[in-house]
This record gives sequence, structure tokens and C-alpha cells, in this order.
Amino acid sequence: MSAARDAILARLRQAIGRTGEEQAKAVETVRARLDNPRPNLVPAHTRLDREGRVALFCEKALAVSAEVERLARLTDAPAAVSAFLRRHDLPQKMVMAPEPMLDLAEWEQQPLLRVRRGTAAPDDAVGLTVAVAGIAETGTLMLASSREQPTLLAFLPETVIALLQAEDIDGAYEDSWQRLREGLGRPPRSVNLVTGPSRTGDVGQKIELGAHGPRRLLVLVVEEAFGEAGDAPR
Amino acid sequence: MQPTSHAFKQNAHEALENPVLQEALGGIRTGWQAARGRAAGALPEFEQLRDTGRDIKNHVLAHLDLYLEAFTAKVEEAGGKVHWARDAAEARTIVLELCREADARTVTKSKSMIAEEIGLNPWLEANDVKPVETDLGEYIIQLAGQPPSHLVGPAVHMTKDEVSDLFHKHHGGERLEEGGALVGEARRVLRQRYLEADVGITGANFLVAETGSIITVTNEGNAELTQGLPRTHICIASIEKIVPTMEDAFTLLRLLARSATGQEFSAYTTVMTGPKREEDLDGPREFHLVLLDNGRSKMVGSAFQEMLRCIRCGACMNHCPVYLAAGGHAYGWVYVGPMGSVLTPQFVGIEEAHPLPNASTFCGRCEEVCPVRIPLPKLMRHWREEQFNRQLNPPAARYGLALWGFVARRPRLYRLATGMAVGAMRLLGGRQGRMRRLPLAGGWTGTRDMPAPQGPTFMQAWKKRRGAGS
Amino acid sequence: MNTSPRVALFVTCLVDLFRPSVGFAAVKLLEQAGCRVEVPEAQTCCGQPAFNSGDRATATEMARRAVALLEPYDHVVVPSGSCAGMLRVHYPELLGEDPEWAGRARAVAERCHELVSFLADVMKVEGVEAALEGRVTYHDSCSGLRELKIRHQPRRLLETVEGLELVEMDDSEVCCGFGGTFCVKYPEISTRMVDDKVAAIDRSGAATVLAGDLGCLMNMAGRLKRLGSAVEVRHVAEVLAGELDAPSIGESGSREA
Repeated sequence: MSAARDAILARLRQAIGRTGEEQAKAVETVRARLDNPRPNLVPAHTRLDREGRVALFCEKALAVSAEVERLARLTDAPAAVSAFLRRHDLPQKMVMAPEPMLDLAEWEQQPLLRVRRGTAAPDDAVGLTVAVAGIAETGTLMLASSREQPTLLAFLPETVIALLQAEDIDGAYEDSWQRLREGLGRPPRSVNLVTGPSRTGDVGQKIELGAHGPRRLLVLVVEEAFGEAGDAPR
Repeated sequence: MQPTSHAFKQNAHEALENPVLQEALGGIRTGWQAARGRAAGALPEFEQLRDTGRDIKNHVLAHLDLYLEAFTAKVEEAGGKVHWARDAAEARTIVLELCREADARTVTKSKSMIAEEIGLNPWLEANDVKPVETDLGEYIIQLAGQPPSHLVGPAVHMTKDEVSDLFHKHHGGERLEEGGALVGEARRVLRQRYLEADVGITGANFLVAETGSIITVTNEGNAELTQGLPRTHICIASIEKIVPTMEDAFTLLRLLARSATGQEFSAYTTVMTGPKREEDLDGPREFHLVLLDNGRSKMVGSAFQEMLRCIRCGACMNHCPVYLAAGGHAYGWVYVGPMGSVLTPQFVGIEEAHPLPNASTFCGRCEEVCPVRIPLPKLMRHWREEQFNRQLNPPAARYGLALWGFVARRPRLYRLATGMAVGAMRLLGGRQGRMRRLPLAGGWTGTRDMPAPQGPTFMQAWKKRRGAGS
Repeated sequence: MNTSPRVALFVTCLVDLFRPSVGFAAVKLLEQAGCRVEVPEAQTCCGQPAFNSGDRATATEMARRAVALLEPYDHVVVPSGSCAGMLRVHYPELLGEDPEWAGRARAVAERCHELVSFLADVMKVEGVEAALEGRVTYHDSCSGLRELKIRHQPRRLLETVEGLELVEMDDSEVCCGFGGTFCVKYPEISTRMVDDKVAAIDRSGAATVLAGDLGCLMNMAGRLKRLGSAVEVRHVAEVLAGELDAPSIGESGSREA
């Protein structure tokens, strides 16, 4: 190992100055904490039933300038997306995560909407992705990179649309992270917690949207779980 | 950067005379300061979370060696490479070598105070690697050739008009007036830089030992583009940024944005674990973590250990009346405001930074809002003790204090001296009830009258009254 | 048998030197509340100037002297949040490592109070017999507010003063710029801070500004008078005790000017 590493650790050990017995105890304390992560204090207002979580999520997302629409089922998404693009005078064209589940939305319902699958290129104006969770506490989306979920999709385009199943909305950050941990073991390369569109206050302390990331964020909260209506379960 | 902390008083003088700067500083009161109050008030558990945040950080500092070992093992397990740096020079060399290995011409950078601390940009420039700041505030001050004046808003000292002039000068074209248009122009210019960059350099708000992850927090989304587009991602972070678990990170994240800008959560909190995996569709091929000590291991176990809890939210400066009058540049180095008054002497020496720990009325607002309850006035006082013990304060102040101490420890002499002082002051201005001038007190009477003593001292009057009464 | 508490008045350097009327007002208030007041003769300064200038040795020695002097009393009362904070918060810190003194310092600290909070919290005083016609605003001095949590006590008692209309100024909890030696080390910044305070006082429309610390009061009065303001500046104890014969801070007895 490097000399710098040894020197830094040696100085720390000297400064902390544990006895042999304390050392064994400290090693055990650290191992226990890392092997068995537990939530600290979680704000009480996040402890809600499903409808309460969805309502709080929508309220908080709206408060940070996201647009939110609640849809009954995934097949309602193409029409909602198309209408959203029209409303903002955007071309009917987008790049979409290669997530197979998204096929169940039946995009062909909107013949004018051109959809490319993959990660975003610099000239893509609109991206669509799927959030693995929503966090009611602050109206936050949790995006996780995978073979179906590129990360840049949520950052390069000026307009980002995220699909979120209502049942994936948790109360607090810890709840969503625990689901991720249980599902995957180690975290994916990139987990993005997204709370509203990109913003900056760096010019004259006034908030402007769309600094580097998206200027617009639309969250489509889908009531019915994605697999249920279609014939291809996830 | 070359520190000018020794010239704090002169720097502050210039700041007070600069109406444009004063206007910008005024915005902090009505902006971040007020927003922090609202956000803290809206979360019933906020004060308890501050206790928890403090405890997490204390726990980490007491086990820092062990957590660093656990964290770095996880980084390597995830395919990242860890580089340890004892000091600024070592860190700069490591970063430059990594840039050279990547054949880097330009690197994009997401805001990193550690990069400022080690003077990374001038070093890279001197070695033919062009760093481009992407945080809009950092980009603005990079164009202006200035150091940051605030932890969270590095260009908070500049008004929109100044940014208009600056962009006009550097970008050409027409001079844009409107905030949204200026942001849009920076977006266009910087988008190209992201795509050209060979290396992306970010800092980290937290390092998670449990998973070997780094966490960045931004509002702009620039950290994600900085690390996500180039082939190589270098993260530079200091050793005290460790937290044990993601749960601990979430506790501190609940405090961070509320304390900094009064937001409940920043727009982008990203947890990155290692480089791009085989199945991933994007992400950097290489991930390097530079772990910087630069004097921090010496702070562990010292009187200044508590400063290592700092999560760089800027609440202390947003609430500091001295910072809000003098601005960040007056502090003369990278770290400013109350946290800078404690940290800067660690890095540049107390001889250079001698005015900083004294530039406080000890009003205690910084400690009152610190999300991890750092006793900033106490730590500034520790520096004053260091100055006193090493006889670094001006001789006049030292002798004055010694004389006062001598008298104050001798009650009878003290009675005599106070009686005489009252007599003298009454001669000088008693009749008007106040004095416009007072020998040796020009610091006071330059702008204030000195109220005159009422008459004999309380102790004299009391003795007389009791003598008469009993 | 006398059950009334025996209280030591720690008068503070500034009151002793500049404004004995505050000391006498404190005595009156304490006696009205049923205390037996004594003024230990060997008291000097609490040591804060040394403490905040980094001279820990002198501060520690002064802390020992004060602890020894004050420990016989049931309570120690100080007409200043700053000096009371020194005794209550910082003495135990200064002497905490000293086995002989740590316990003694803590014991004195626990019995040490700033005047107004002592009246309200310990003596349970709910009102005063005093009158002052007009609008009054109250400045929260920093140590009292943040080290001793004094905020409501003075306001509640002031509300019981006949004729007094209490108005809040903006940023009443922001420092006035005094800060002990700070105000002479950094006069420009200090002046800027007191100017902000003066502006807040003016906007409140108050005819009188009160506070519980003579340092802050002299700073505010000094600036107000230099700017030619007619706003009167007084220690809160003077108003609560109804002791308004002395001219306000920075004014002379004769009003011909």
C-alpha cells in the first residue's frame, strides 16, 4: 500500500489512541454498523398510507416546479406525453430508456410521436425514463442505472419525463434505499435522486430553471402497476 | 491561492465602500437566511436531526481510520482506484498524472472546495490542461479570475449586471440583460465543454463506507454531466467526508439543503459507486478517488476536531453579521465566514490569518444555525488563545490586557483605578452626558459618542448608601 | 428565621463604572421580589475580556476568585447577559479540568442568573410596579439570548409596565456590533452593524430602546447620539424598577441642549 495511506492512517491511529482492548471493540462497532444499517430519526410526517404518500409526493414535486400528472394505467402514458409536448410547443419526438416494460404502454397509439430507444445524445430534446421509486417526503424521484436505464437520459435533454408507479412511492429516502438494497445487494453505478428540474441561483441570487440539466420535468404517476394490464409480466 | 487574510481589515474596508457588493450581500439576508429559518421551522424534527447529525460525525471521527479502510476497500471492490494524498502538492500531482494518463486536453469540473483548497486550477493550467468550471457560480468567478466568496454560492458577491458584462466580454454577441437568458447562454457554452472534456473532476459531499459510494449534491445537474460524459471521472475528497451508511447520509442530507439554501432537498443528489459496469449504457470507464488529508489528521484529537464535522452548508456565513458586512473575499482565502475563521489558520498559518479569529463579536449566530452544532465561537477563541500564547497579538493590546489583568485581580487597586477612571472621564465630558473624543479610544469615538459615567462608581455609591442606612 | 434567599449582586464592570443606577435598580427589583441583597465587596470583573482575548490563564484565575467569592450565596444575580453567561456557561468550562474547582464552579454556575430571567424564572415575578409612557423596543443582546435563552422574560415583564407599548424592531436578535474589544479592533464593521441596528430601531418607531447589557446599550447609545437621534437608551432594569430619574444613556441631566 502507498506510503501516503500508511502515513495518514498511522497519524489517525496515533491521534485517536486506542488501547488493544478498545481497538477490538472499535472494529466490532464499525463492522456492526456497516453490516446492519439502520435508519436514524425519520420525520414522522412521512409515515403515511399509500394514498397519503402519493398525495404528498405530488404536492412536494409540484412545489419544486415539476409537472405532475396522475394516470390510471401505463397505456394512458402515450397520450399524456403527446399532449405535454404539444402544450410546450415541443416536437413529437423523444428518446426513451430501453426498458422492456415501457413497450407495454403501446406507443403506437400516438402515431405522430417518434420514439428512439437508448441513452441520450447531445441533440436529444426530450428524454423519457422510469423511476425505481418516488419519495413523498420531498417529491423526489429515485433513478437507478442499469442495462435498461441509462443515466444521461435524465440530464442531457432539456425536457425529461419520468414514469413512476404509484405503488413505488415511499414515505422517506430510507424506505426507497432499503428496497433498492434488498433488491440488488450492492447499489447500481449511479443512483440519482431528482427533485424537480435543474435550477441555479448563481446569477444575481434569483432562481432560474434549466441550468445544465432539464428545464422541464414531467412526472407521470401511474395508479395501476406496470405489468398488470399487459400480458408481459415484468 | 496567495492568501490575503492578514489584510482582513483593509479588505473589509474596501468591501464596505463597494455599494454593488453591499447590495449583493443584502440579498443573502432576505434570501438564504430567511429561507433557512422557514425550512428549519417547517420540519418538527429539525433540532433532533441536528443532534443526530453531530453524533454521526463524532462517531465517524472517533473511528476514522477504520471507516477509511472499509470505504476504500469498497471503492476498489466496485472497480474504482483510490489515491491517498498527504498534502495539497501530492493531490495536485496525482490529479495531473491521471489527466496525463487520460491524454486530457480539457477537463470539466463540478464545484469542489477541495480543488480550491489545493489550488488545482492554476496548477492544471500551468501544465497545459485546461480546467473548465461547470457550476455556474464557479464558471462566473473563473471567467472573472476571482476566488469564491461563499461556500455554496461562489459568485454571490456579483450582481446580475456584473455577470452580464462578464458574459458579454467572454462570450461576445449581444449583451444579455435577463437572468434566464444569461443562464441559457452559459448552458449552451458549457454543453460544448462537457462534450469535449477528456476527464471530469468532481468533489463529494459524502463518502459512504458501507458501499464505497460518493455522493454529490447540486441544483444544476452539473456534477452528473461532469462525471457521466468523459471517459475518466476523478473525485477529490477529504478524509472527513466519510459517513458509515446511506441512512447516515440521508440524515445529513436532510440538514444540508435546509441549512444551505432553505430548500428541503437540492435538485440532484447522486450516489455513484465505481465506474461504468459492463452492462451499463453510459458512465465513465475509469473512476479515481483522491483522498486528501492536508492537515486534517492533525486536527483529529486536537482542540479543533469539532471543525471536522462541517458539511460545508454555508449557514454560518449566511447568518454572520461580520461576513454580511465584509463579504467573503475579505477573509483572503478559500474558506470564508466563521467556518473560514476557524479553518483558514489551519491551512495558511495563524501568523497569516491572525485577524480572522478576532473578526467576530462572538454573537453566536453561527453556532445557533450550524446543522452539526460546531461551537464556532469556542474554536475561534482557541485560535485567540494560540495567538496570545505565542504573543502574536499587537504589543499594545498585550500590555493593555496585562495591565487590566493585574488590576482586576486586586480588588482594592481595582476600586482605586475605577474611581480614578470615572473621575477622569467625568472631567472630559461628564456635563454633556457623553464624550465626542476620548484618549486611546479612537476606535470607538471615530463614529460613536462615549456615554459618560453617571458619577461615583456603583461600589462607592453603594458603600455610602449602606454606610448611611445601617 | 429568614427564608428569603440571600442574593449576591455581581454588578459588572460597566455598571460599576458608567451606570450605577442600573445596579440600584437591580437591588430594588431583587428586594421587591423578596431577596436579601448583598454586594460582595471584593468583586471586580468576571474575566471575560481576558477569556475572549485568549488569555486563558488570567481568565481562569479570575474565575477561581469569583467562584470563591460567590459560593456562600443562595444565588448570584448579574444585570448583564454577557457577564452572567461568563459565570454560568464559561466558568465550568474554564475550571472543568481542575479537580479542586470543577465542582465548585458548576455549583456556583447553577445558582448564577441574569437579573431579568432570575426575577421571572426563579422568583416567579409576574409583574412590576412601574410606569413609562410611550413606545419601547427591546434589543436581544447576544449572550443573554443564545447562552442563557433570555427572550420572553424581559418582554413579559415589560408588558406589565403601565403606559408602555412594546414594539418589535426587525432583527432584534442580530448583534449590535459591540462585541467587547471587537468594536475598537474593527470599528468600521462594528459601525456598519450598529448602523443596521439604529435603522431597525428607527423603523420600529420606538422612543426608547432597552436591552439587558450595558455594553450593547453604550454602543447603540453612542451611535444614536452621534447621529443626533432623540431615541432614549436605557437598561431594562431601570424601566422595570421605575427608576427613571437618571438621564438616559449618553444624555446629560440638563435638557437645555
